[in-house]
Amino acid sequence: MNSIPKFPLAQIIDQIVAWLKSNFGQALHSFSRGFSEGIETLAERLLMVPWWVIILIFAFLAWRAKGWRLAIGTIIGLYFIYNLKLWAPFIDTLILVIISAVVSIVFGVPLGIIAGRSRGFHTILTPILDFMQTMPSFVYLIPALLFFSIGKVPAVFATVIFAMPPAIRFTDLGIRQVPVDLVEVGEAFGSTPGQLLFKVQLPVALPTIMAGINQTMMLSLSMVVIAAMIGAGGLGAGVLEAISQLKIGMGFEYGVAVVILAIILDRLFQGIGRSFRTDDNNNI
Amino acid sequence: MSEEIIEVQGLIKVFGANPDKALRALAKGKSKAEILKETGLTVGINNIGFTVNKGEIFVVMGLSGSGKSTVLRCLNRLIEPTAGTIIIDGTDITQLKEKELRKFRQEKTAMVFQQFALLPHRTVLQNTVFGLEIQGISKKEREEKAIKTLELVGLKGWEDKYPSQLSGGMKQRVGLARALTNDAEILLMDEAFSALDPLIREEMQDELLSLQQKMNKTIVFITHDLNEALKLGDRIAFLRDGELVQVGTPEEITTHPADDYVAKFVRGVDKSKILTAGDVMKKPQPLITLRDGPNVALRIMKQHGISSVFVVNRERQLQGIITVDAAVEARNAGITNLNDIELAHGPKIKEDVPVQEALGVIAESKLPMAVVDEEDKLIGIIVRGSVLAALASINHSFDVQDTEEAMAPPVSVAAQAGSQGGESNE
Repeated sequence: MNSIPKFPLAQIIDQIVAWLKSNFGQALHSFSRGFSEGIETLAERLLMVPWWVIILIFAFLAWRAKGWRLAIGTIIGLYFIYNLKLWAPFIDTLILVIISAVVSIVFGVPLGIIAGRSRGFHTILTPILDFMQTMPSFVYLIPALLFFSIGKVPAVFATVIFAMPPAIRFTDLGIRQVPVDLVEVGEAFGSTPGQLLFKVQLPVALPTIMAGINQTMMLSLSMVVIAAMIGAGGLGAGVLEAISQLKIGMGFEYGVAVVILAIILDRLFQGIGRSFRTDDNNNI
Repeated sequence: MSEEIIEVQGLIKVFGANPDKALRALAKGKSKAEILKETGLTVGINNIGFTVNKGEIFVVMGLSGSGKSTVLRCLNRLIEPTAGTIIIDGTDITQLKEKELRKFRQEKTAMVFQQFALLPHRTVLQNTVFGLEIQGISKKEREEKAIKTLELVGLKGWEDKYPSQLSGGMKQRVGLARALTNDAEILLMDEAFSALDPLIREEMQDELLSLQQKMNKTIVFITHDLNEALKLGDRIAFLRDGELVQVGTPEEITTHPADDYVAKFVRGVDKSKILTAGDVMKKPQPLITLRDGPNVALRIMKQHGISSVFVVNRERQLQGIITVDAAVEARNAGITNLNDIELAHGPKIKEDVPVQEALGVIAESKLPMAVVDEEDKLIGIIVRGSVLAALASINHSFDVQDTEEAMAPPVSVAAQAGSQGGESNE
């Protein structure tokens, strides 16, 4: 047994990281700096908006997506966060979650579409997605730190890696689940591949895609605490501080704020997803 | 009418990679089962050839797995044929490049699907405009056309409903409207009515036939239901195991099944639906004309042992029936010309009407039923006995001789006066 030498996986990865750092380190750092500044400016602007305006915007969205019950729940929940004096970290976390989710969707949905239409790409992509979802996040948090230095950018990077797979998988699944005869309708009437995608496949797959986006939202939120360890700030930072100083009550306050945000985002997106759903889709 | 619009030759579809192996094996005359065993390839359809005439309903009939859907999908290349040519309107569509194929699909064909295949996120109107939308026709124009076809299929007022709000029959009306709105010459209908319950199915069949009279499309209709095939088809192609067994009119298929397979099918059919009045009628013997008087009528009736006789004018157009009683009365009244007495009128039927529709009338009428052609000329008569005999003869093993006689065109009947008028006096 000992005659077979150990596979030098660790060394290989180290070398790759070192190579990337020496070649792209500078560029990545400046990108990171610019991106961080962008996020911080956005946060400052949002904090200048009166808190009740933001609550009303959320309440309006909730009302449109699901009705007045969710709207009232949203007002109560968000006011409670404000009341706990967690408004600033709440806005920080909200921005991070939204940016991560948007990045995940912007890359994830097109990747999912390609995977849904190409069996080969689907086969290659599946193990990569498994890798992304199961690899312990600390393992790539450290290289992210090396590349982007501490702050919000590595947090977004880690969150995207963790949260993007459902967007890809659900889009892929949704496209594959479009009934064969509907695809045939598109083809039989002479659609171009683009028309087929936008007039048949995507609209029919939309409820499934929305479920994936909802998952992506939830997963990015669940990364906020871990991301706080590398300087993401926000509610996660509060939780982290409370844990390290054994302030149980304070930790609970921050925790509750995360839960409230999670529930509001989840219900909001469920509502949007459901509005695309018809009886026909439920039968699939 | 008989201008060919679709001509299929040597059509083969092999499913699986490397179909050439299967093609070579087919050329050597190997069977599908052997090929599947040796190469793992499935021969979907083998050496299919047929032509479809402009304006006809051509039914492709077969059980599931017979390859009928494959044949249909080859016609617009939803399934890529492995070998063979398909000439539609002078173009071999198997040679079309992607772009030309799209154009061909947009302009020449429209398809109706078994499970309706309506887009769930679109309203009835939005579904109906789909084909024109793909072609890039302006919203105003396509919606105007769609509203017209929706009215045609009886869905006026349902434009803004979603498919999930419709019943099965209505969904397929939308499917039909979507295909018709495209205004393509050729309609491909894939088991279009099979998913509907029987009553709605019949209704849709009738509607398709009446629409077809107005629009005169070329329709290729797939079905596994022989009654449907016989009802709709101008001609029927029988498929079994991917091979063409027989192509013919409903008459030919039912009277001369090409082999046991078709015969077995045909045996189960409700015969009264396919037998037309022309099939079961007897020669109208004897006849008298308006010039004749009651004496002539009585003499002929006596001669043939019958109690009534049909009266025609010089053009053989049906005038009525005179019974023994009426003739005697007329003679006693001193009338010498049939023009001067009122003739009785029995039931009358066109020769191409299915007997089924006339059964009730025949059963109740005391007088024999007259069979007339388009110009109201008397070409035959139907009495109770002859209908029953015809139905019985086909429901048992088919007696071809008998049917041929029944179907023989009733020309030169007058020459055979006295040969078989005996049955008309029931």
